[in-house]
Amino acid sequence: MLKTLRTNDTALMILFSLIVLAGPLILAPFGAGYPDLMQRFAIYGIFAIGFNILFGLTGYLSFGHAAFLGVGSYSAVWMLKLLSINIVPAIIFAVVVSGLFALLIGYISLRRSGIYFSILTLAFAQMSFNLAYSVLTPITNGENGLQVELDDPRILDSATGPGQLPVPSLFGMDMSSTSVVHFLGMDLQFNVGFYVSALILIAVFYLSLRIFRSPFGMILRAIKSNQTRLNYTGFNSRPYTLTAFVISGMYAGLAGALLVCMDPLAGPERMQWTASGEVVLMTILGGAGTLVGPVLGAGMIKYFENIFSRMNDVMVHDWFSALPGWLNDVLTNVISPFLGSGWQMSLGLIFMLVVIFLPGGLVEGANRIMNRVQRPSKSGPVSGPVDRTTTANSKES
Amino acid sequence: MSNYKLNRRKFLKGSTVLGAGLVAPTIFTRSASAYTNEPGKGSVVLGFNVPQSGPYADEGADELRAYKLAVKHLNGEGDGGMMSTFSSQALNGTGILGRKVEYVTGDTQTKSDAARASARAMIEKDGAIMITGGSSSGVAIAVQSLCQDAGIIFMAGLTHSNDTTGKDKKANGFRHFFNAYMSAQALAPVLVEHYGADRKAYHLTADYTWGWTQEASMIQATEALGWKTVKTVRTPLSATDFSSYIAPVTNSGADVLILNHYGSNMVNSLTNAVQFGLKNKMVNGKQFEIVVPLYSRLMAQGAGDAVKGIFGSTNWHWSLKDAGSKAFVDSFGKEYGRPPSQAAQTCYAQTLLYADACQRAGSFNPCDVGAALEGFEFDGLGNGKTLYRAADHQCFKDVLVVKGKENPTSDFDLLEVVQITPVEKVIYEPDNPMFAGGSLGKCNPGV
Amino acid sequence: MDAFLLQILNGLDKGSAYALIALGLTLIFGTLGVVNFAHGALFMIGAFCTVVLNSLFTLTKVTISATEKTPWGTPLEIHTPYVQLWFGDIGATMIDYSVFWSLLFAIPVMLIVGVAMERGLIKHFYKRPHADQILVTFGLAIVLQEIIKQIFGANPIPQPAPDAFVGSIDIGAMLGMAQNTVIYPIWRLIYFLFSAIVIGGVFAFLQYTTFGMVVRAGMADRETVGLLGINIDRRFTAMFGLAAVVTGLAGAMYTPILSPNYHMGMDFLVLCFVVVVVGGMGSLTGAVAAGFLLGILESFASMPAVKEFLLGFSIDQVIIYLVAVIILLVRPRGLMGRKGVMET
Repeated sequence: MLKTLRTNDTALMILFSLIVLAGPLILAPFGAGYPDLMQRFAIYGIFAIGFNILFGLTGYLSFGHAAFLGVGSYSAVWMLKLLSINIVPAIIFAVVVSGLFALLIGYISLRRSGIYFSILTLAFAQMSFNLAYSVLTPITNGENGLQVELDDPRILDSATGPGQLPVPSLFGMDMSSTSVVHFLGMDLQFNVGFYVSALILIAVFYLSLRIFRSPFGMILRAIKSNQTRLNYTGFNSRPYTLTAFVISGMYAGLAGALLVCMDPLAGPERMQWTASGEVVLMTILGGAGTLVGPVLGAGMIKYFENIFSRMNDVMVHDWFSALPGWLNDVLTNVISPFLGSGWQMSLGLIFMLVVIFLPGGLVEGANRIMNRVQRPSKSGPVSGPVDRTTTANSKES
Repeated sequence: MSNYKLNRRKFLKGSTVLGAGLVAPTIFTRSASAYTNEPGKGSVVLGFNVPQSGPYADEGADELRAYKLAVKHLNGEGDGGMMSTFSSQALNGTGILGRKVEYVTGDTQTKSDAARASARAMIEKDGAIMITGGSSSGVAIAVQSLCQDAGIIFMAGLTHSNDTTGKDKKANGFRHFFNAYMSAQALAPVLVEHYGADRKAYHLTADYTWGWTQEASMIQATEALGWKTVKTVRTPLSATDFSSYIAPVTNSGADVLILNHYGSNMVNSLTNAVQFGLKNKMVNGKQFEIVVPLYSRLMAQGAGDAVKGIFGSTNWHWSLKDAGSKAFVDSFGKEYGRPPSQAAQTCYAQTLLYADACQRAGSFNPCDVGAALEGFEFDGLGNGKTLYRAADHQCFKDVLVVKGKENPTSDFDLLEVVQITPVEKVIYEPDNPMFAGGSLGKCNPGV
Repeated sequence: MDAFLLQILNGLDKGSAYALIALGLTLIFGTLGVVNFAHGALFMIGAFCTVVLNSLFTLTKVTISATEKTPWGTPLEIHTPYVQLWFGDIGATMIDYSVFWSLLFAIPVMLIVGVAMERGLIKHFYKRPHADQILVTFGLAIVLQEIIKQIFGANPIPQPAPDAFVGSIDIGAMLGMAQNTVIYPIWRLIYFLFSAIVIGGVFAFLQYTTFGMVVRAGMADRETVGLLGINIDRRFTAMFGLAAVVTGLAGAMYTPILSPNYHMGMDFLVLCFVVVVVGGMGSLTGAVAAGFLLGILESFASMPAVKEFLLGFSIDQVIIYLVAVIILLVRPRGLMGRKGVMET
């Protein structure tokens, strides 16, 4: 059954959809089943899937993808402010704008390859960030972030109640609406915003699957494996890489738009190089070039950022409350540096451990385990040591 | 946690349009609570959202210390700190409205995105009834508007921009900390007194919203007293070396340098300015002077010897001798072996003020609590007589003008209070142009 | 004219910091081919060598006063530095000059850190994809900076320059210009000299020693050198150590200019990558040249006159990146990049 998943796209698609849609049920035991984090999982999953189309397939490492996320966010907020609180025009506009922005930056940056390409994208993103923070304040509202305000025109909407801000909605369904169901002693939170993001995630995952399987995807992979050879055959690869770049920029714009639809504020930090680096790390952590890897990586990093950072020593003390006092204190002192304000330390360690012990990311690790399970003790041709770059290309799930 | 949802006003209308089956089971029962996260009988949860990573992590750590201390005192443990000196004696050490106070913590990372994510986790997951904390204006404004939308009270931590209670003010948000305008109003007369009215000022300003409001406030206050402004130069937030901004100051004809910087920007620009010999320079026959409008002890610590003799303003300082400050410093010192910072005092006071307002209102409903805070006059929380103004939710209290100490006796003893500017000198009308635009809106209880 | 001269000095000063860090990075990145995101952390560790040494020197004997109390209620502690206790005035001078001592301290520390990093971790990643190198070095950088944060806190820790070098000198008057026009801090001039010496030293080392010759050969064609029976791996370890020392020294000497804090490495990291790539991959001269070029341009961009000329546009916000884009578009491999290094 596990094997079919790696060969059968329909099975993969169905399983992926089921897992995503059952998010509230699956995540609740991990303390992550609340709307904000579930939305973030889905949205950053979209962002990473898009990034993977560029990096995983073509090998072009963009270090400025956060710029598209930010541009998407800002354009979506402007739509929410000017046109309507309905999220549909905001999302469409954001995708279009970030696509155009990606076209511009991609056109320039793709004139170079390798590290030179990375630094060009980084430079554009950092310029966007610095300008958004300062000079472009009339458009971005600088440090304070661009928000929906009471006195926005919103020409398509009827007036809301006085003194109350409208909540972004999809034809009247508020993104923040949540219904709580008690189940096995847990509060499952079914949130409209999460399901909107989840459905979009499933749709764009399907799209990326189609791209991976298409002739276009094959060409992109050919570019990764040997661009020079491709060029010598008289094949002009630039239009293909540019298309991949724009598509992945639009994915980022979509993610940015969804972020502000769930939480209507766009801050400039979204465009900083650390944010660009984050999506790179998400993709590599999960497994670059694999289909579900980026989603896993995104989930992992966001989980650490949002759950580990909120654990404090009082909580740790409670975990070990059954133990004798001195042991409790010792354990608390040992564990505390990795939680709360030390959450980044844990994240850094995870990065190192994953890359040392699971080369190729989480998905590659899962693959190895599956191979172990399927062929106990006997090392067949599949599970044997294979050149990693080719395995990443041949096994997508 | 009881059933709740953040907003359902338009849901029914919308479901007829799309068919609700598409999204989630239609079990959206009207919840029993009257407002978001109505606490149960036993306990109430407060959310402490402070920077734990990034450049302000130490400030955040001190804020967290203060919050933990406040929770202790509210629950009747410890020596009670400022609860005994607080003019309102509604709190009695049995928690808030008879419920034990619990808390959750989060990391703002000094990024508006992360701060909002953390605040939403507190609201959606932990059922926090109030969010407080923060160490920059961008974060405060972002979280304040989130709390407004969610129907939660926000008690701002360290935020100094005029916008927080100016154009970005919100009905559910309250600020105890002072602001750029008040800094300037308090500082300018002292500067004129010490340096004379005939001075030419050169401004270096961090190129973002807080920096601009600080610069505008300082220019207005000093020019009103006869100073001239030679030039204002904006510096990028990411700058670490300010030499290329400091160097032109020497030949500009200015005889005062005003550094509208905060955090590591301020530490570096001040250190650089001193390196360039500006402190010992004579210009126009006068001693050259440097001014840092907003001081914090942690920054003073970072800048080391460079702060000696340099004027600035601060919200509070542990060396104050009033009963409230002494009680707080004592209690904090006993707990942590160090004096509290101004951020700690603001955060402690905000927690007490919130608890007290609930107690007086007899309810946790944000609208009732807000009403209890609006126009509330109090004393004994370290800043003397204070007013929480109803029109913009800004506290009005005396402002401290401080100077870098020449002979500090310890790492904590870096600033000395030069003057306590009375509140009448720094108060302004709510429609002051620097605060104009925006409106509080209506209080939002959520649901 | 004087304003111009001042900004040249500022540019050289900034540039010397950039050049030093970029030189270290390009030894690892441009020649060993490792995308080292932990490079900023090396700079930071170098800076914290000074902090450690300074606090060792100022390690104080604490006596708790029996009678007096601090204003916040705990018993007053009386501090006397041991060094001063033992050596008297010489001890005081030692404390004063701790920045220079810390250079001596930083060299072995950085060498150990660098070699340990290479042997323990990086070595296994030479043949791995760049993606893996990014992840592992980024993780390492985070862990290192978090350790420093746990020990030293997040606040910057001021490190004064020795008393003799505090203050500034009037360069204008020395050059025969009007007095008090070009005044420049002494420590920054020393930093510039220092970096010139280090850069010169590294170049001479690689140019005139057999070791350097082998390393350069290894950079050009690793396999052939290996086939000649030369243990190139050991040389590469030494290179990594050298890079760590250069970067660490840059950090240690920089402390009086920039009070060290735990995230200073990340602040410089992106900039270093830009400098190295603008200089051109695989070129030491390119990295140094790009460091100075960007430093000087950054200084000029911050002049009020330049901003006025550009109708008030804050060019200083973007200058580094703008220049990087222009250079990379005009010259495909940066200023002096070698063909085929990190191009795919």
